[in-house]
Amino acid sequence: MNNEKALAEEVVSFSGTNPRNCMKCGKCSATCPTFEEMDLHPHEFVSYLASGRIEKLLQSKTIYKCLSCFACVERCPRGVEPSRLIEAVRDSVVGQKGADYLSPDRIPERLDPDLPQQAITAAFRKYKK
Amino acid sequence: MIYSYFPGCTLKAKAQDLDTYGRKAAEALGVTLEEIPEWQCCGAVYQQATDEIATKLSSVRALNAAKEKGQPLVTICSACHHVIKRVNEDMKENEDMILRANNYLKFDEPYHGETEVIHYLEMLRDKIGFDKIKEAVVNPLKGKKIAAYYGCLLLRPSKVMQFDDPENPTIIEDFIKAIGAEPVVYPFRNECCGGYQTITDKDQSDRFANKVIDSAKMKGAEMIITACPLCLYNLKQNTRDIPVVYFTELLAEALGVKEQEG
Ligand code: SF4
Ligand code: SF4
Repeated sequence: MNNEKALAEEVVSFSGTNPRNCMKCGKCSATCPTFEEMDLHPHEFVSYLASGRIEKLLQSKTIYKCLSCFACVERCPRGVEPSRLIEAVRDSVVGQKGADYLSPDRIPERLDPDLPQQAITAAFRKYKK
Repeated sequence: MIYSYFPGCTLKAKAQDLDTYGRKAAEALGVTLEEIPEWQCCGAVYQQATDEIATKLSSVRALNAAKEKGQPLVTICSACHHVIKRVNEDMKENEDMILRANNYLKFDEPYHGETEVIHYLEMLRDKIGFDKIKEAVVNPLKGKKIAAYYGCLLLRPSKVMQFDDPENPTIIEDFIKAIGAEPVVYPFRNECCGGYQTITDKDQSDRFANKVIDSAKMKGAEMIITACPLCLYNLKQNTRDIPVVYFTELLAEALGVKEQEG
């Protein structure tokens, strides 16, 4: 097995879902509120991983754009839960040394008196390991 | 009635109104919310990967504390509710998580998802009843047109959250009716506000929030209510002409306990 395929399999295995259950209806992307901000879309994450491809996904800005709103999870007729795959790819990227997407240095410029703690905690959980 | 209560970090800091009014209103309705001792932050987001266990242990601790008291666990913040409810589901059916979390936490008795997790709104609907609330209202908010903003976390994934119909929820509208006001139903009430994206790409969260606000205003809303501190923040950042408030504040007002010391 080549490296790409092995990595794709590993990411799928801890994602908690199986992209091969997809029937390619495209509903996940159609319902995604972030569709326009993404370079690769939820159904593409599913189909790439189903065929053992991950390189492009690792470079995709989609992993930082998905909001975990779970619209794709709710509306997928096959129970694929695409957000799990996007998150698993992001985990595998930000889990590497020095690959944090959000560094604490960026927080002070974003602090305003009303910003809830929840926002900072959530962003760090998503963008930093 | 006494319930265990998990306030969460944001309700102790930037969202104190959500907490204070929630407690006052509960007391007025004959419910005491007993804060879990030494609760820890839920982590604000549910980590979806199956090998994520450490980040879920704080929820398991809270769940077990409620179990030991034999009480349901009440949450108010949408994010805390989402995380704790999903972790509880994991503790019912994910064998690996059940084993590893229990091995690590070593409670007197292993935890298997026994605690009933209910959001404050579910407590109002299912435990107290909206008809009882209606009877307890002393200041009905007559004629006020209020838009319920659900957001994502209370509703989805509905398989686990089981909060309401995920596409056509009614619980907050029923709440609005119970306090004497008029609910405004609008298309974006269960769409995302932009969430934590406000930290890394504020333009994006602003665009999302504006869609929600415009949609509510177009249907004639005079006010938007929510249960989520981050939804409230994102919406408030983008509106000056329509108030966005916590549902507990309106409840306390309707019950006549808003100004009470406590
Ligand atoms: S909604 Fe589900 S079945 Fe349809 S394309 Fe997306 S993942 Fe595949
Ligand atoms: S969870 Fe992510 S991918 Fe799925 S609909 Fe929401 S933003 Fe899109």
